[in-house]
Order: sequence, then C-alpha cells, then structure tokens
Amino acid sequence: MEFNLKIWRQQNAKAKGHFETYHISGIEEDASFLEMLDILNEQLIREGSDPVAVERGCQSSGPVSFDHDCREGICGACSLYIDGRAHGPDDHVTTCQLFMRHFKNGATITVEPWRSAAFPVIKDLVVDRGAFDKILQAGGFISVRTGSAQDANNILIPHDKAEESMDAAACVGCGACVATCKNGSAMLFVAARVSSLALLPQGRPEAKRRAEAMVAKMDELGFGNCTNTRACEMECPKGISVSHIARLNREFLKAKFSD
Amino acid sequence: MSDKLISKIPDGPLAEKWTKRKSELHLVNPNNKRKLDIIVVGTGLGGASAAASLGELGYNVKVFCISDSPRRAHSIAAQGGINAAKNYQNDNDSVYRLFYDTIKGGDYRAREANVYRLAEVSAAIIDQCVAQGVPFAREYGGYLANRSFGGVQVSRTFYARGQTGQQLLLGAYAALNRQIAAGTVKSFPRHEMLDLVVVNGEAKGIIARNLITGQLERFSAHAVIIATGGYGNTYFLSTNAMNSNGSAAWQCYKKGAYFANPCFAQIHPTCIPVHGDQQCKLTLMSESLRNDGRIWVPKKLEDVEKLRKHIVKPSQIPEEDRDYYLERRYPAFGNLVPRDVASRAAKERCDAGFGVNETGKAVFLDFQDAIKRLGHQKVAERYGNLFDMYEKITASSPWEEPMMIYPAIHYTMGGIWVDYDLQTTIPGLYAIGEANFSDHGGNRLGASALMQGLADGYFIVPVTIGDYLSKKFAEPLADTSSKEFIQAEKSVQSRIDRLFSIKGTKTVDSIHKELGHIMWEYVGMARDEEGLKKAISLIRELKADFYKNVNVPGNQYEFNQELEKALRLEDFFEIGELMARDALNRNESCGGHFRVESQTEEGEAKRDDANYMYVAAWEYKGQDQEPELHKEPLKYEFIEVKTRNYKD
Repeated sequence: MEFNLKIWRQQNAKAKGHFETYHISGIEEDASFLEMLDILNEQLIREGSDPVAVERGCQSSGPVSFDHDCREGICGACSLYIDGRAHGPDDHVTTCQLFMRHFKNGATITVEPWRSAAFPVIKDLVVDRGAFDKILQAGGFISVRTGSAQDANNILIPHDKAEESMDAAACVGCGACVATCKNGSAMLFVAARVSSLALLPQGRPEAKRRAEAMVAKMDELGFGNCTNTRACEMECPKGISVSHIARLNREFLKAKFSD
Repeated sequence: MSDKLISKIPDGPLAEKWTKRKSELHLVNPNNKRKLDIIVVGTGLGGASAAASLGELGYNVKVFCISDSPRRAHSIAAQGGINAAKNYQNDNDSVYRLFYDTIKGGDYRAREANVYRLAEVSAAIIDQCVAQGVPFAREYGGYLANRSFGGVQVSRTFYARGQTGQQLLLGAYAALNRQIAAGTVKSFPRHEMLDLVVVNGEAKGIIARNLITGQLERFSAHAVIIATGGYGNTYFLSTNAMNSNGSAAWQCYKKGAYFANPCFAQIHPTCIPVHGDQQCKLTLMSESLRNDGRIWVPKKLEDVEKLRKHIVKPSQIPEEDRDYYLERRYPAFGNLVPRDVASRAAKERCDAGFGVNETGKAVFLDFQDAIKRLGHQKVAERYGNLFDMYEKITASSPWEEPMMIYPAIHYTMGGIWVDYDLQTTIPGLYAIGEANFSDHGGNRLGASALMQGLADGYFIVPVTIGDYLSKKFAEPLADTSSKEFIQAEKSVQSRIDRLFSIKGTKTVDSIHKELGHIMWEYVGMARDEEGLKKAISLIRELKADFYKNVNVPGNQYEFNQELEKALRLEDFFEIGELMARDALNRNESCGGHFRVESQTEEGEAKRDDANYMYVAAWEYKGQDQEPELHKEPLKYEFIEVKTRNYKD
C-alpha cells in the first residue's frame, strides 16, 4: 500500500509548527500505524544522510518524534490525532493497535498531536501530559501505608461491583478524551479514577475528598468544562462510559453539600 | 569465589531466615531518615512500590523514569496475574509449595532462601493491593477469584481480567502519587540514567539525560536503587515495550556491579507470530489462556500444506488428526507445562515441518472445547479482552478459529547480582525486580514477575536498605561538583559526541534488527558451542559497523529519540556478547537455556549439577577486555534436587 502523510512538525514547545507531506510506499496491510511511521522515519533518516537527496533540495526536518512504548494498547503512551480523530479511524483502539488495512490505498492521512491547552507540544507529535499526573497526585489514591493492610478476603466486594470498578480502572491515561472534547475537558479521565475507587468499600472513606480535590486540580490546570457531548466516550480506546462522569458528579455534589 | 560474592543468607531453618535477618538489620530513626536521600531508577512495579514505601518511611526519594509518566512502565503490560500462597482455594497450597514450584520451575538455579522469602511475603502483596483498590476478579460471594498458571498444580493466581499488571501498577503508582503530593518523593519523568556515580567504592548518584532539553544532569544520594527491568530487547523483536532497555543496569556493571546469569532469557510460548519484516514488536498472548486453550498442530503433513494454502480452515481438521503435543508428551501438566518446556515443544514440532502458517513458525491455541464446556459468557469474562486484542491485530476471531502462536523473547531471569539484602557488589547500590537475577533461576514461572517486583519494592528493599543507611545519616549528600561526578558526566558526553560524529548512512533500528537476528539465531531457543562463538564474532563485527556507519540525526539538546535508541543499542551489543559468553560457559541445558550438546535421548533438557550448580557472576574488566567469571555455588539444604518432570 502507499500513502501521502501530512504530518505536523514542530521543533519544540516554543517553535511555530507546520505541516509537511511525505509519500510512503511498500506498506503491508497488516502493518500497524506506528510501524508505518517507523518505516517513514527510516526513510527520512536515509534521505537526510543522502548527499544526493540533500543536493536535490531535500530539506527534511529529520525523523518524526512520537510517543509510543508497549504497542499493545495498554501503556497509553501513543497519542495521535489521525484524520480528525483521536487514535484514528478504528473504534476503541489506541494508535498502536490501528492497522493500515483500515485506510484506503493511496489516501492522504493527516497526523497531528493532541491539541489541548493543558497538553503543550514538546516536539512534533509528542505532548506533555504531566497535568494528568498532577490531577492524580491531588487525590487519585487510597491512603494506605505499605504493610498496614488486613487479609484481602476481609474486604468483600460483590462480583458486579468489582467488574464495574474494573471497567473504569481500565483507563490508560492516554488523553484521547481531552483531545477529542471541544472544551478540552478531562472529565472522563477524572471520573474513571474517582468512580473506580468510589465503587469499592475501601475507597469510600476518602470518596468525597478525592472528588473535590481532583476536580479542583483539573480546573486549576486549565482543562475545560464538561458539556455532556459524550465525544470522549466515543473515542476512548478502552470504551469507558460517561456514566462514570455521572457518578463523579454525584460524589462531587455530595461533597459540596456536606461542606 | 570472589570475596565480593557474599550472599548474606542467614543461618537457620528456611522458614525462619527472613525473620532472623530482619531482626539483625539496623534501623534508622525517623529523624535521621529525613537526612537521607535515595535515588530510585525505574517506575515499574518494583521501582514505584519501593519509591512509595521509602517515601512513606520518611526518606527523601528521587524517582526517575524515561516515560512521560511513571504509569507507563512496562509492568503495565503484564496480563495474566500475580501468584500468592493464600490457599483460598483449599487446594493444599502453602508458602512451601509456592517456594517449591518456583525453585523447580527455575530448574534449580535460584537461591533457596531468596525464593522462600518471596513465597513468604506473597500473601501480604495481595492484601496491600486490595487495600489500595486494585479491582481483582471476585467470585459471586465477594471473595477473591483465582486461576492456574503453568508449572503448578494449584490455583493461586490472582487477576484483574487480562490487565493484572496494569491494575497493580496503577496501585503502586497511586501510592507513589500520594507520596509525591506529600513531598517525600520527587518525580523526574523523561529522564534517562546514563551513568552511575561511585565515590570511594560506594554508589552516590547518577548522571541522567533530560530527554526534553537534552541536558545532562547530576543527582546525588546516599543510596541508589536500580529497578529498570530486563534486557530482552537485545533481540530487537520481543514482547518488551519498545523503550525497555538494559542500559541502567549495564552502566552499573561497567562501574563494578557483577552481572549474573546473563544467558537466562525466557522465551514465552504464546506470542502472536511474526508477520513480516516491517515488524518491530511482538505481542504476547497471556499464559492464562493455557488454562482453557489447547495447543495443537496437525498429525499429517498434508493437512499442514492445506492450512498453509488456505484450502482448509483449522476448525475443519477432525479431532483424530490433531496432535495435542503437550498433552501427549506431558500428561500430568498438559497445556500448563512451564514456559521453557512449552516453547521448545513448539519449536520441535515446527522444525519437524508441522508449523501451521506460511512461515512454518506457528502452532494453534484452540478454545473450541472451552467454549463448549464453559459457554460463551464465561470464556468472554475470562479472556474477552485478549480475544479482542488478538482479533484487532490478526483480523481473525478466536471465537471462530484457533489462535496462532509462536515463542518469543519475553523476560530475562539474569540481571545484576545481589545478595540476600538485594544489595549489589557496589555498596549502596541495590537492584530489584527483573533488573536483578535473584529469584527465578533458569526459568520464571508465569505470574511470578509481578510477585517479585512488588515483594522487592514493598516489603524487602525498604527494610534491608535501612541497614546500610543506618551508617550513613551523618554523612552529607555527595557533592555533585566533585571529580567523580564531573568524570562520569564527561564520559557520557564523550559517548554522545562520538555518536553524532559518525554521520554514517545506516539507521539505528536497521543495525539493531541485525543484532536481533544474530541473537535469535545463535543465542535463542537452541544454542551450541559453534553458534555461540560465531555470535560473539558477529556481534563484534556488527558493533564495529555501527561505530563506522550509523547515522544519528539531529543534536543532543533537543528531544531526540534516535539518540536515545543509539545509546541503548551501544549497550545491547555488549549485553548480547556477555549473554553469548555466559551461554558458552554454561555447557548444560537448564531452564530457558538449552545447549544442544546437553539433552536426553527424548530431547529433554539435561542439567549438569556436578559442574554448573552455581550462579555465574561476571565482573567487568574494561573495554574490550575479557570479563572475569566468579561462581557463587548454589546449596540446596532443604529440598531434594531432582530432574524436572512434568510427565507424571
């Protein structure tokens, strides 16, 4: 297969970015999107080091930087906005699990970084998602010291509650929800953590404090408000439901009323 | 034996050793803990749990990771589960049995005392994780559920769907976040350790590159903990994450820490087969699938031909024409034999011409019987996300046709040599989790990596490190403008300068791929003397080619992923060579290390206890010098050493 790739290039956080277009061919249908980018980078490095190409006026910006790691859809590192969709045209996958068989041969594919005020670009397609860490540091935990836990089976959790908690806990922290939201809201991300812990008995003692602290931190870091468009749920690679946002709102209101 | 290889294993009965050691260890009082700084490198299960626990204790912790967030460490990708000797199933499990299974699974090349301690603390890990809110699978009564893994006959594996590693890491990461908020831990994401700083023979800090600005930065501490995982990516294609690397551990080796059993690498039997030469990463299918999946190839070569030409579908091959070769060869354990045994059996069938895909390197993992027996819903609950993942990648549904799988590099049992306290041969330097060598011998059992990472991080190193630090609280933090720090930074700088000066025409990845071919061919599933010697000379040639022809574009002072990869590849060459050298020295088959020269008539691995019942600890002697081999004899005082038997 062959493609034209229109890719966002930006040298660093302060530089002005622009699109560059590259042609790539000889891609297998079973190659993943990131494998295709690997091949493009090989090509760009070779061209950059080829004196003939340079003489011809080839002014490559060098290989394209992008975040990636596990390539199994679980680490949450990859973060590309492809043809106007977070993680590209397939549903409920991360970019590393997107395969070229989902694209038309010869297509022009536009690749951008996450666009959000809270996620500044570091280089090309790489953004800084440190804000997510900060939100979780504000309260996304249960305060238990190492060594102070009782026997695990002393905390009984009904099967369905554990499963529901797991549904929310599946969040990989990729940021697709923020990138997709027209308001740049992190509500689905925050809700997933608040909800997964609030559903468990051991998460209840801090449930109110957690909801308040995480929402406050989210607001402080420049994420937008949730206006219930549900776009986040559509694009979440793990299919996390907006019903968790409803639970977050309940926890948050309970906390406010009891203040 | 080197005078540095003192294992510090306490005397006395096996079950009392850890208690005894703990009672001997000196403590640091809370006021003095505030005066002590600890560097933790890596934020997987080991690093995150250690940093969080040390922060809680009151130490000043600096934690480093190469990713944008600690949560992305490769522990996150572990799927199947975590073992613990809880005996919740009433199936006669016990600390002793978990210990025994692990020692036997490791083919009698791990220390008794370390493994027993691992089993001993395993139960507390589950307690800790549940208290943190890890949503483990539950029975309808609300109690914790279990499943089985390879190499054992009890059901002791706790799990959170096929995302157990993710959930455990999010638990440890949450504990870490709590400490970051409390100010006891300072986090340095996107920082890569490039050298260890040793002052007067003791570990006092690191040199790290800020991966965003490209600046080299100096950090000092009273002790350093390495928790950077394994070196499986030496093979280029592996199930490890793309950025996983052996460099931090390797710098410690070059600064004097001994490196133990480097040739012990685990080849996991159930990975999605290689599909072409554009691939850069292999995907694991969890071992838990072997609980209910049955592995087979056709009995007849003509059926194999038809499968390869897509004339028949696997489901159309009648039952009597299928060779469930693990059930045939190992009736007692069947599909749940340990990973090394399952991998070799797959290779044996494929080498005999029974591989079921176009490349001849695949076998079936079939769920039809399980779906019939358990029903769609039950199977979906257990493996739904793994089936989805398989289908996303291969565009074939395991509900309709069996999965195709083949072995791939997955984990390295070898690593930095540590004593019972997890301290390396450099005082003040500790190594935990996959980065050390200590608990899995020649082969790791499934669901034990998570157990070891968390055992080391939550319960062992926070205690043992106190003994060393109890003598250090009066010492000021090492001065980062001292000659040792300057020298270490200079040597890193010259490595970087050299790489940019080459300006060749080959990409880093293209050379890494070649290294992978050499490693897989000669230091892979079957090794022999001739091949290993060839590997060493081929690796050297390739390394020379790299230093002549590699092209590292861009510059140091920017976000530069090619530079990151080039620095790691420099180390992979050397790690690969040491792996081959160690494999050459170990002229026996044991665990994942199979020497063709050492096998039984039936083709099973043949250990040589008389000559090789030792830990091979290698000491760095300088660039292009032969490393020196030190041997730590393994003594089995409490169990009888037997030939591993999974047949009856």
